[in-house]
Amino acid sequence: MIARRTLITGGITGGAGLLLAGCDRVVQIPAARKILFAGEDMQRGLQRALMDRGALAPEYRPDQRSPIFRANGTYDPGTAAYKALAAGGFADWRLAVGGLVERPLRLSLADLRALPNRSQITRHDCVEGWSAIGQWTGPMLGNVLKAAGLRRAARYIVFTCADLYGGAPYYESIDLVDAFHPQTILAWAMNGRPLDVPHGAPCRLRVERQLGYKHAKYLMRIDAVATLSGIGRGKGGYWEDNVDYDWYAGI
Amino acid sequence: MDARFRSGAGETPPPGTPIHRHRLATRLWHWVNAVAVIILLGSGLGISNAHPRLYWGRYGANFDPAWLQLPRFPAWITIPASYNLAISRRWHLFFALVLGFGLLAHLLWSLANRHIQRDLRVRRSDVTPAHLWADLRAHWNFRFHDPERPRAYNAFQKLSYVAILFVALPLAILTGLALSPAMDAAWPWLLDLFGGRQSARSIHFLAATGIALFTIVHLALVILAGPVNEVRSMLTGWWRVPE
Repeated sequence: MIARRTLITGGITGGAGLLLAGCDRVVQIPAARKILFAGEDMQRGLQRALMDRGALAPEYRPDQRSPIFRANGTYDPGTAAYKALAAGGFADWRLAVGGLVERPLRLSLADLRALPNRSQITRHDCVEGWSAIGQWTGPMLGNVLKAAGLRRAARYIVFTCADLYGGAPYYESIDLVDAFHPQTILAWAMNGRPLDVPHGAPCRLRVERQLGYKHAKYLMRIDAVATLSGIGRGKGGYWEDNVDYDWYAGI
Repeated sequence: MDARFRSGAGETPPPGTPIHRHRLATRLWHWVNAVAVIILLGSGLGISNAHPRLYWGRYGANFDPAWLQLPRFPAWITIPASYNLAISRRWHLFFALVLGFGLLAHLLWSLANRHIQRDLRVRRSDVTPAHLWADLRAHWNFRFHDPERPRAYNAFQKLSYVAILFVALPLAILTGLALSPAMDAAWPWLLDLFGGRQSARSIHFLAATGIALFTIVHLALVILAGPVNEVRSMLTGWWRVPE
Protein backbone atom coordinates (compact mmCIF):
# COMPACT_ATOMS: atom_id res chain seq x y z
CA MET A 1 0.00 0.00 0.00
CA ILE A 2 2.83 2.37 0.94
CA ALA A 3 4.62 1.48 -2.29
CA ARG A 4 1.46 2.13 -4.29
CA ARG A 5 0.94 5.46 -2.53
CA THR A 6 4.52 6.53 -3.24
CA LEU A 7 4.15 5.38 -6.81
CA ILE A 8 1.00 7.43 -7.38
CA THR A 9 2.35 10.47 -5.54
CA GLY A 10 5.48 10.29 -7.65
CA GLY A 11 3.38 9.62 -10.71
CA ILE A 12 1.31 12.75 -10.27
CA THR A 13 4.26 15.07 -9.73
CA GLY A 14 6.50 13.32 -12.24
CA GLY A 15 3.76 12.98 -14.85
CA ALA A 16 3.66 16.69 -15.54
CA GLY A 17 7.43 16.80 -15.92
CA LEU A 18 7.42 13.78 -18.23
CA LEU A 19 4.68 15.38 -20.30
CA LEU A 20 6.80 18.50 -20.79
CA ALA A 21 9.87 16.45 -21.74
CA GLY A 22 7.77 14.11 -23.90
CA CYS A 23 6.52 17.00 -26.00
CA ASP A 24 10.01 17.55 -27.42
CA ARG A 25 10.13 13.90 -28.54
CA VAL A 26 6.63 13.98 -29.98
CA VAL A 27 7.55 16.91 -32.28
CA GLN A 28 10.25 14.72 -33.82
CA ILE A 29 7.69 12.12 -34.98
CA PRO A 30 6.59 13.16 -38.49
CA ALA A 31 2.95 12.07 -38.07
CA ALA A 32 2.59 13.84 -34.72
CA ARG A 33 4.24 16.94 -36.13
CA LYS A 34 1.75 16.92 -38.97
CA ILE A 35 -1.20 16.81 -36.55
CA LEU A 36 0.29 19.57 -34.39
CA PHE A 37 0.97 21.76 -37.43
CA ALA A 38 -2.61 21.18 -38.64
CA GLY A 39 -3.60 23.51 -35.79
CA GLU A 40 -2.77 26.38 -38.15
CA ASP A 41 -5.37 25.24 -40.71
CA MET A 42 -7.95 24.75 -37.97
CA GLN A 43 -7.32 28.24 -36.60
CA ARG A 44 -7.53 29.74 -40.09
CA GLY A 45 -10.71 27.84 -40.90
CA LEU A 46 -12.37 28.84 -37.62
CA GLN A 47 -11.31 32.47 -37.81
CA ARG A 48 -12.42 32.82 -41.42
CA ALA A 49 -15.74 31.17 -40.54
CA LEU A 50 -16.31 33.56 -37.61
CA MET A 51 -15.16 36.65 -39.48
CA ASP A 52 -16.71 38.65 -42.23
CA ARG A 53 -14.36 38.65 -45.23
CA GLY A 54 -14.07 42.43 -45.02
CA ALA A 55 -14.13 42.76 -41.21
CA LEU A 56 -11.86 45.67 -40.35
CA ALA A 57 -9.02 45.61 -37.87
CA PRO A 58 -9.60 48.20 -35.12
CA GLU A 59 -8.44 51.72 -36.01
CA TYR A 60 -7.27 54.20 -33.40
CA ARG A 61 -7.21 57.97 -32.76
CA PRO A 62 -4.01 59.97 -33.40
CA ASP A 63 -3.49 60.45 -29.63
CA GLN A 64 -3.59 56.67 -29.14
CA ARG A 65 -0.42 56.10 -31.18
CA SER A 66 2.77 54.71 -29.58
CA PRO A 67 5.17 57.54 -28.61
CA ILE A 68 8.01 55.47 -30.10
CA PHE A 69 7.24 52.86 -32.76
CA ARG A 70 10.15 50.45 -32.55
CA ALA A 71 11.57 48.86 -35.68
CA ASN A 72 12.57 45.20 -35.88
CA GLY A 73 13.81 42.57 -38.30
CA THR A 74 16.05 44.27 -40.85
CA TYR A 75 16.93 47.87 -39.89
CA ASP A 76 18.71 48.58 -43.20
CA PRO A 77 19.06 46.20 -46.17
CA GLY A 78 22.56 47.66 -46.72
CA THR A 79 23.06 46.17 -50.20
CA ALA A 80 24.79 48.24 -52.91
CA ALA A 81 21.60 48.34 -54.96
CA TYR A 82 19.50 49.49 -51.99
CA LYS A 83 22.08 52.11 -50.96
CA ALA A 84 22.01 53.55 -54.50
CA LEU A 85 18.19 53.76 -54.40
CA ALA A 86 18.21 55.38 -50.95
CA ALA A 87 20.90 57.89 -52.01
CA GLY A 88 18.59 59.06 -54.79
CA GLY A 89 15.64 59.47 -52.44
CA PHE A 90 14.10 56.35 -54.05
CA ALA A 91 13.39 58.37 -57.23
CA ASP A 92 14.69 55.41 -59.27
CA TRP A 93 12.84 52.78 -57.22
CA ARG A 94 10.19 50.86 -59.16
CA LEU A 95 7.77 48.32 -57.74
CA ALA A 96 7.36 45.49 -60.24
CA VAL A 97 3.90 43.89 -60.34
CA GLY A 98 3.91 40.67 -62.33
CA GLY A 99 3.30 36.93 -62.36
CA LEU A 100 -0.22 35.83 -63.30
CA VAL A 101 -1.45 39.27 -64.40
CA GLU A 102 -2.73 40.61 -67.71
CA ARG A 103 -0.70 43.86 -67.58
CA PRO A 104 2.61 43.79 -65.67
CA LEU A 105 3.28 47.15 -63.97
CA ARG A 106 6.31 49.11 -62.85
CA LEU A 107 5.22 51.67 -60.29
CA SER A 108 7.24 54.61 -58.97
CA LEU A 109 6.61 56.31 -55.62
CA ALA A 110 4.86 59.11 -57.56
CA ASP A 111 2.58 56.49 -59.18
CA LEU A 112 1.65 55.11 -55.73
CA ARG A 113 0.94 58.60 -54.40
CA ALA A 114 -1.21 59.40 -57.43
CA LEU A 115 -3.55 56.46 -56.72
CA PRO A 116 -6.43 56.91 -54.27
CA ASN A 117 -4.67 56.54 -50.90
CA ARG A 118 -5.96 55.30 -47.57
CA SER A 119 -4.66 56.41 -44.16
CA GLN A 120 -5.25 54.14 -41.17
CA ILE A 121 -4.06 54.17 -37.57
CA THR A 122 -3.66 50.53 -36.69
CA ARG A 123 -1.92 48.26 -34.22
CA HIS A 124 1.14 46.30 -35.24
CA ASP A 125 1.38 43.01 -33.30
CA CYS A 126 4.73 41.27 -33.31
CA VAL A 127 4.77 37.47 -33.03
CA GLU A 128 6.96 37.99 -29.94
CA GLY A 129 4.10 39.66 -28.09
CA TRP A 130 4.63 43.43 -28.24
CA SER A 131 2.30 45.91 -29.96
CA ALA A 132 2.81 49.41 -31.40
CA ILE A 133 0.21 51.76 -32.87
CA GLY A 134 1.00 53.99 -35.85
CA GLN A 135 -0.53 55.63 -38.88
CA TRP A 136 0.05 54.17 -42.34
CA THR A 137 -0.74 55.70 -45.74
CA GLY A 138 -0.78 54.09 -49.17
CA PRO A 139 -2.93 52.76 -51.99
CA MET A 140 -4.98 49.62 -51.50
CA LEU A 141 -3.18 46.55 -52.80
CA GLY A 142 -6.51 45.40 -54.27
CA ASN A 143 -6.67 48.44 -56.58
CA VAL A 144 -3.10 47.87 -57.79
CA LEU A 145 -3.95 44.22 -58.49
CA LYS A 146 -7.12 45.26 -60.33
CA ALA A 147 -5.06 47.66 -62.46
CA ALA A 148 -2.71 44.80 -63.34
CA GLY A 149 -5.63 42.42 -63.95
CA LEU A 150 -5.28 39.10 -62.08
CA ARG A 151 -5.55 35.97 -64.20
CA ARG A 152 -8.04 33.34 -63.12
CA ALA A 153 -5.32 30.93 -61.95
CA ALA A 154 -3.92 33.41 -59.39
CA ARG A 155 -4.38 32.23 -55.78
CA TYR A 156 -1.64 33.96 -53.77
CA ILE A 157 0.25 37.26 -53.84
CA VAL A 158 4.00 37.00 -53.18
CA PHE A 159 6.08 39.96 -51.96
CA THR A 160 9.82 40.05 -52.63
CA CYS A 161 11.96 42.47 -50.64
CA ALA A 162 15.28 44.30 -50.94
CA ASP A 163 16.73 42.89 -47.70
CA LEU A 164 18.68 39.65 -47.82
CA TYR A 165 18.56 36.81 -45.32
CA GLY A 166 21.36 34.30 -45.87
CA GLY A 167 21.87 35.67 -49.38
CA ALA A 168 18.23 35.36 -50.46
CA PRO A 169 15.63 38.15 -50.42
CA TYR A 170 13.09 38.22 -47.59
CA TYR A 171 9.71 37.25 -48.96
CA GLU A 172 6.16 36.81 -47.75
CA SER A 173 2.81 35.82 -49.20
CA ILE A 174 -0.91 36.22 -48.52
CA ASP A 175 -4.05 34.81 -50.10
CA LEU A 176 -6.60 36.79 -52.11
CA VAL A 177 -8.96 37.28 -49.15
CA ASP A 178 -6.32 39.40 -47.42
CA ALA A 179 -4.93 40.85 -50.70
CA PHE A 180 -8.29 42.46 -51.53
CA HIS A 181 -9.09 43.51 -47.94
CA PRO A 182 -9.64 47.29 -47.77
CA GLN A 183 -6.98 47.76 -45.06
CA THR A 184 -4.31 45.86 -47.00
CA ILE A 185 -2.24 48.74 -48.38
CA LEU A 186 1.18 49.43 -49.88
CA ALA A 187 2.29 51.95 -47.27
CA TRP A 188 4.79 54.61 -48.32
CA ALA A 189 4.16 56.91 -45.34
CA MET A 190 4.15 56.36 -41.59
CA ASN A 191 2.78 58.89 -39.10
CA GLY A 192 2.47 61.46 -41.90
CA ARG A 193 6.07 61.23 -43.15
CA PRO A 194 7.66 59.16 -45.90
CA LEU A 195 8.72 55.76 -44.55
CA ASP A 196 12.19 55.76 -43.00
CA VAL A 197 14.71 53.00 -43.64
CA PRO A 198 14.24 51.05 -40.36
CA HIS A 199 10.48 50.84 -41.01
CA GLY A 200 10.80 49.63 -44.61
CA ALA A 201 11.47 52.54 -47.01
CA PRO A 202 10.29 53.26 -49.57
CA CYS A 203 7.24 50.99 -49.35
CA ARG A 204 5.97 48.12 -47.18
CA LEU A 205 2.93 45.91 -46.99
CA ARG A 206 0.30 46.40 -44.29
CA VAL A 207 -1.94 43.37 -43.79
CA GLU A 208 -3.71 44.41 -40.61
CA ARG A 209 -5.39 41.17 -39.54
CA GLN A 210 -2.10 39.28 -39.32
CA LEU A 211 1.10 39.40 -37.24
CA GLY A 212 4.07 41.65 -38.00
CA TYR A 213 6.26 39.23 -39.96
CA LYS A 214 3.65 39.16 -42.74
CA HIS A 215 4.06 42.95 -43.26
CA ALA A 216 6.96 42.71 -45.74
CA LYS A 217 9.25 45.79 -45.77
CA TYR A 218 11.48 47.18 -48.59
CA LEU A 219 9.12 45.92 -51.32
CA MET A 220 10.65 45.30 -54.75
CA ARG A 221 8.30 42.85 -56.48
CA ILE A 222 4.71 41.71 -56.20
CA ASP A 223 3.78 38.52 -58.04
CA ALA A 224 0.47 36.76 -58.45
CA VAL A 225 0.99 32.99 -58.36
CA ALA A 226 -1.11 29.83 -58.51
CA THR A 227 0.89 27.97 -55.87
CA LEU A 228 3.55 28.70 -53.28
CA SER A 229 5.56 25.58 -54.07
CA GLY A 230 8.76 26.31 -55.97
CA ILE A 231 9.17 29.69 -54.25
CA GLY A 232 11.87 29.58 -51.55
CA ARG A 233 11.25 26.26 -49.78
CA GLY A 234 7.60 26.40 -50.64
CA LYS A 235 6.06 27.45 -47.32
CA GLY A 236 5.20 30.99 -48.38
CA GLY A 237 7.74 33.12 -46.52
CA TYR A 238 11.23 33.42 -45.10
CA TRP A 239 10.25 32.60 -41.49
CA GLU A 240 7.78 29.94 -42.59
CA ASP A 241 10.55 28.25 -44.61
CA ASN A 242 13.26 28.52 -41.99
CA VAL A 243 11.77 28.36 -38.49
CA ASP A 244 8.26 26.88 -38.88
CA TYR A 245 6.31 30.08 -38.26
CA ASP A 246 2.68 29.70 -39.33
CA TRP A 247 1.90 30.91 -42.84
CA TYR A 248 -1.50 32.06 -41.55
CA ALA A 249 -0.57 34.56 -38.86
CA GLY A 250 -4.04 35.67 -37.76
CA ILE A 251 -3.30 34.57 -34.19
CA MET B 1 -20.19 -2.77 -6.52
CA ASP B 2 -22.87 -1.17 -4.41
CA ALA B 3 -24.60 1.51 -6.40
CA ARG B 4 -26.97 2.59 -3.66
CA PHE B 5 -25.00 5.75 -3.03
CA ARG B 6 -24.94 6.88 -6.64
CA SER B 7 -27.48 9.55 -5.89
CA GLY B 8 -25.93 10.51 -2.57
CA ALA B 9 -29.11 9.69 -0.67
CA GLY B 10 -29.53 10.92 2.89
CA GLU B 11 -28.06 7.97 4.85
CA THR B 12 -24.53 8.11 6.27
CA PRO B 13 -22.36 5.51 4.55
CA PRO B 14 -19.69 3.83 6.71
CA PRO B 15 -15.97 4.27 5.83
CA GLY B 16 -14.88 2.04 2.98
CA THR B 17 -18.23 2.23 1.18
CA PRO B 18 -17.68 2.59 -2.56
CA ILE B 19 -19.41 5.61 -4.05
CA HIS B 20 -19.72 6.36 -7.75
CA ARG B 21 -18.43 9.90 -7.61
CA HIS B 22 -17.36 10.98 -11.11
CA ARG B 23 -19.30 10.30 -14.28
CA LEU B 24 -17.58 9.32 -17.53
CA ALA B 25 -17.99 12.78 -19.10
CA THR B 26 -16.37 14.43 -16.08
CA ARG B 27 -13.48 11.93 -16.04
CA LEU B 28 -12.86 12.22 -19.75
CA TRP B 29 -12.82 16.01 -19.67
CA HIS B 30 -10.64 16.05 -16.55
CA TRP B 31 -7.78 14.16 -18.22
CA VAL B 32 -8.04 15.88 -21.60
CA ASN B 33 -8.03 19.21 -19.82
CA ALA B 34 -5.14 18.21 -17.53
CA VAL B 35 -2.95 17.45 -20.56
CA ALA B 36 -4.05 20.66 -22.31
CA VAL B 37 -3.40 22.84 -19.23
CA ILE B 38 0.11 21.45 -18.69
CA ILE B 39 1.04 21.86 -22.36
CA LEU B 40 -0.46 25.36 -22.49
CA LEU B 41 1.43 26.43 -19.35
CA GLY B 42 4.74 25.03 -20.64
CA SER B 43 4.41 26.44 -24.14
CA GLY B 44 3.06 29.72 -22.75
CA LEU B 45 6.21 30.17 -20.68
CA GLY B 46 8.23 29.49 -23.83
CA ILE B 47 6.28 32.24 -25.64
CA SER B 48 6.78 34.58 -22.68
CA ASN B 49 10.56 34.23 -23.09
CA ALA B 50 10.26 35.92 -26.52
CA HIS B 51 9.22 39.22 -24.91
CA PRO B 52 9.15 38.92 -21.11
CA ARG B 53 7.57 42.31 -20.42
CA LEU B 54 3.93 43.00 -19.53
CA TYR B 55 2.09 46.26 -20.20
CA TRP B 56 -1.32 47.85 -19.61
CA GLY B 57 -3.26 49.48 -22.44
CA ARG B 58 -3.55 49.18 -26.20
CA TYR B 59 0.14 49.16 -27.11
CA GLY B 60 3.36 48.19 -25.37
CA ALA B 61 6.88 47.53 -26.61
CA ASN B 62 10.46 47.98 -25.50
CA PHE B 63 10.34 51.78 -25.13
CA ASP B 64 7.04 51.77 -23.22
CA PRO B 65 6.91 51.30 -19.44
CA ALA B 66 6.29 47.68 -18.39
CA TRP B 67 4.46 46.98 -15.12
CA LEU B 68 6.17 43.63 -14.84
CA GLN B 69 9.47 42.35 -16.14
CA LEU B 70 9.25 38.56 -16.10
CA PRO B 71 12.20 36.27 -15.45
CA ARG B 72 13.55 34.07 -18.21
CA PHE B 73 11.79 30.75 -17.67
CA PRO B 74 14.26 27.83 -17.57
CA ALA B 75 14.40 24.93 -20.02
CA TRP B 76 12.92 22.32 -17.65
CA ILE B 77 9.59 24.15 -17.52
CA THR B 78 9.14 25.35 -21.14
CA ILE B 79 7.89 23.58 -24.28
CA PRO B 80 10.12 23.07 -26.17
CA ALA B 81 12.99 22.99 -23.67
CA SER B 82 15.32 24.99 -25.92
CA TYR B 83 13.93 28.37 -26.96
CA ASN B 84 11.86 28.08 -30.15
CA LEU B 85 9.01 30.57 -30.46
CA ALA B 86 7.53 28.91 -33.56
CA ILE B 87 7.24 25.47 -31.91
CA SER B 88 5.99 26.94 -28.60
CA ARG B 89 3.26 28.68 -30.61
CA ARG B 90 2.37 25.47 -32.50
CA TRP B 91 1.83 23.64 -29.19
CA HIS B 92 -0.01 26.57 -27.63
CA LEU B 93 -2.40 27.27 -30.50
CA PHE B 94 -3.26 23.60 -31.06
CA PHE B 95 -3.98 22.87 -27.38
CA ALA B 96 -5.81 26.19 -27.03
CA LEU B 97 -8.46 24.60 -29.29
CA VAL B 98 -8.49 21.44 -27.14
CA LEU B 99 -8.90 23.53 -23.97
CA GLY B 100 -11.51 25.90 -25.41
CA PHE B 101 -13.79 23.39 -27.10
CA GLY B 102 -13.23 20.88 -24.28
CA LEU B 103 -14.39 23.40 -21.69
CA LEU B 104 -17.37 24.43 -23.81
CA ALA B 105 -18.47 20.80 -24.25
CA HIS B 106 -17.89 20.05 -20.56
CA LEU B 107 -19.91 23.03 -19.34
CA LEU B 108 -22.82 22.29 -21.69
CA TRP B 109 -22.78 18.59 -20.79
CA SER B 110 -22.55 19.34 -17.06
CA LEU B 111 -25.53 21.65 -17.31
CA ALA B 112 -27.49 18.97 -19.16
CA ASN B 113 -26.64 16.18 -16.68
CA ARG B 114 -27.07 18.59 -13.74
CA HIS B 115 -23.49 18.12 -12.46
CA ILE B 116 -23.15 21.89 -12.08
CA GLN B 117 -26.51 22.42 -10.39
CA ARG B 118 -26.13 19.41 -8.08
CA ASP B 119 -22.44 19.35 -7.13
CA LEU B 120 -21.04 22.81 -7.80
CA ARG B 121 -23.84 25.17 -6.82
CA VAL B 122 -22.56 27.32 -3.96
CA ARG B 123 -25.37 27.65 -1.44
CA ARG B 124 -25.76 30.49 1.00
CA SER B 125 -25.17 28.03 3.86
CA ASP B 126 -21.78 27.09 2.27
CA VAL B 127 -20.36 30.58 2.61
CA THR B 128 -21.45 31.64 6.09
CA PRO B 129 -18.42 32.63 8.20
CA ALA B 130 -19.15 29.80 10.64
CA HIS B 131 -19.28 27.20 7.87
CA LEU B 132 -16.13 28.50 6.19
CA TRP B 133 -14.30 28.52 9.52
CA ALA B 134 -15.38 24.94 10.24
CA ASP B 135 -14.28 23.95 6.74
CA LEU B 136 -10.91 25.61 7.19
CA ARG B 137 -10.34 23.76 10.46
CA ALA B 138 -11.36 20.50 8.81
CA HIS B 139 -8.79 21.14 6.05
CA TRP B 140 -6.20 21.90 8.70
CA ASN B 141 -6.92 18.47 10.20
CA PHE B 142 -6.64 16.87 6.74
CA ARG B 143 -10.33 16.02 6.68
CA PHE B 144 -11.69 16.96 3.28
CA HIS B 145 -15.19 15.53 3.33
CA ASP B 146 -18.22 15.74 5.53
CA PRO B 147 -18.79 12.27 7.09
CA GLU B 148 -22.54 12.95 6.95
CA ARG B 149 -22.49 13.69 3.22
CA PRO B 150 -19.20 12.26 1.94
CA ARG B 151 -20.23 12.58 -1.69
CA ALA B 152 -20.65 16.35 -1.54
CA TYR B 153 -17.82 18.77 -2.24
CA ASN B 154 -16.73 20.96 0.67
CA ALA B 155 -17.12 24.74 0.47
CA PHE B 156 -13.52 25.47 -0.56
CA GLN B 157 -13.70 22.75 -3.18
CA LYS B 158 -16.88 24.22 -4.64
CA LEU B 159 -15.48 27.76 -4.60
CA SER B 160 -12.22 26.77 -6.25
CA TYR B 161 -13.93 24.58 -8.90
CA VAL B 162 -16.35 27.42 -9.67
CA ALA B 163 -13.44 29.88 -9.86
CA ILE B 164 -11.47 27.70 -12.25
CA LEU B 165 -14.41 26.61 -14.45
CA PHE B 166 -16.26 29.90 -14.69
CA VAL B 167 -13.57 32.54 -14.13
CA ALA B 168 -9.92 31.53 -14.70
CA LEU B 169 -10.33 29.21 -17.72
CA PRO B 170 -12.85 31.42 -19.60
CA LEU B 171 -10.69 34.47 -18.82
CA ALA B 172 -7.59 32.76 -20.21
CA ILE B 173 -9.53 31.77 -23.36
CA LEU B 174 -11.08 35.19 -23.99
CA THR B 175 -7.86 37.12 -23.32
CA GLY B 176 -6.07 34.63 -25.58
CA LEU B 177 -8.56 35.37 -28.36
CA ALA B 178 -8.02 39.12 -27.82
CA LEU B 179 -4.33 38.60 -28.65
CA SER B 180 -5.28 37.49 -32.18
CA PRO B 181 -5.29 40.39 -34.67
CA ALA B 182 -7.87 38.54 -36.80
CA MET B 183 -10.19 37.90 -33.84
CA ASP B 184 -9.90 41.59 -32.91
CA ALA B 185 -11.33 42.35 -36.37
CA ALA B 186 -14.05 39.69 -35.96
CA TRP B 187 -14.96 40.52 -32.35
CA PRO B 188 -13.79 44.07 -31.53
CA TRP B 189 -15.63 43.91 -28.18
CA LEU B 190 -12.83 41.67 -26.90
CA LEU B 191 -10.53 44.70 -26.82
CA ASP B 192 -13.17 46.90 -25.14
CA LEU B 193 -13.73 44.19 -22.53
CA PHE B 194 -10.08 43.98 -21.50
CA GLY B 195 -8.93 47.54 -22.23
CA GLY B 196 -6.63 46.85 -25.18
CA ARG B 197 -4.43 44.05 -26.47
CA GLN B 198 -1.53 44.57 -24.06
CA SER B 199 -3.91 44.63 -21.08
CA ALA B 200 -5.42 41.40 -22.41
CA ARG B 201 -1.91 39.94 -22.60
CA SER B 202 -1.26 40.89 -18.96
CA ILE B 203 -4.60 39.42 -17.84
CA HIS B 204 -3.85 36.28 -19.90
CA PHE B 205 -0.66 35.85 -17.89
CA LEU B 206 -2.47 36.48 -14.58
CA ALA B 207 -5.21 33.98 -15.46
CA ALA B 208 -2.53 31.42 -16.36
CA THR B 209 -0.84 32.08 -13.01
CA GLY B 210 -4.17 31.41 -11.29
CA ILE B 211 -4.59 28.15 -13.23
CA ALA B 212 -1.02 27.10 -12.35
CA LEU B 213 -1.60 27.83 -8.63
CA PHE B 214 -4.91 25.93 -8.72
CA THR B 215 -3.14 22.95 -10.31
CA ILE B 216 -0.41 22.91 -7.66
CA VAL B 217 -2.88 23.14 -4.74
CA HIS B 218 -5.17 20.58 -6.43
CA LEU B 219 -2.28 18.08 -6.73
CA ALA B 220 -1.14 18.72 -3.16
CA LEU B 221 -4.66 18.07 -1.84
CA VAL B 222 -5.03 14.88 -3.92
CA ILE B 223 -1.85 13.62 -2.26
CA LEU B 224 -3.03 14.66 1.23
CA ALA B 225 -6.55 13.24 0.76
CA GLY B 226 -5.21 9.82 -0.28
CA PRO B 227 -3.78 9.67 -3.78
CA VAL B 228 -4.79 6.05 -4.53
CA ASN B 229 -8.44 6.65 -3.73
CA GLU B 230 -8.56 10.04 -5.44
CA VAL B 231 -6.78 9.02 -8.67
CA ARG B 232 -8.80 5.81 -8.89
CA SER B 233 -12.03 7.78 -8.56
CA MET B 234 -11.01 10.01 -11.47
CA LEU B 235 -10.05 6.96 -13.56
CA THR B 236 -12.89 4.53 -12.75
CA GLY B 237 -15.44 6.82 -11.12
CA TRP B 238 -15.44 4.80 -7.86
CA TRP B 239 -14.38 6.45 -4.64
CA ARG B 240 -14.31 4.90 -1.15
CA VAL B 241 -15.51 6.86 1.86
CA PRO B 242 -12.31 7.52 3.86
CA GLU B 243 -11.85 6.60 7.54
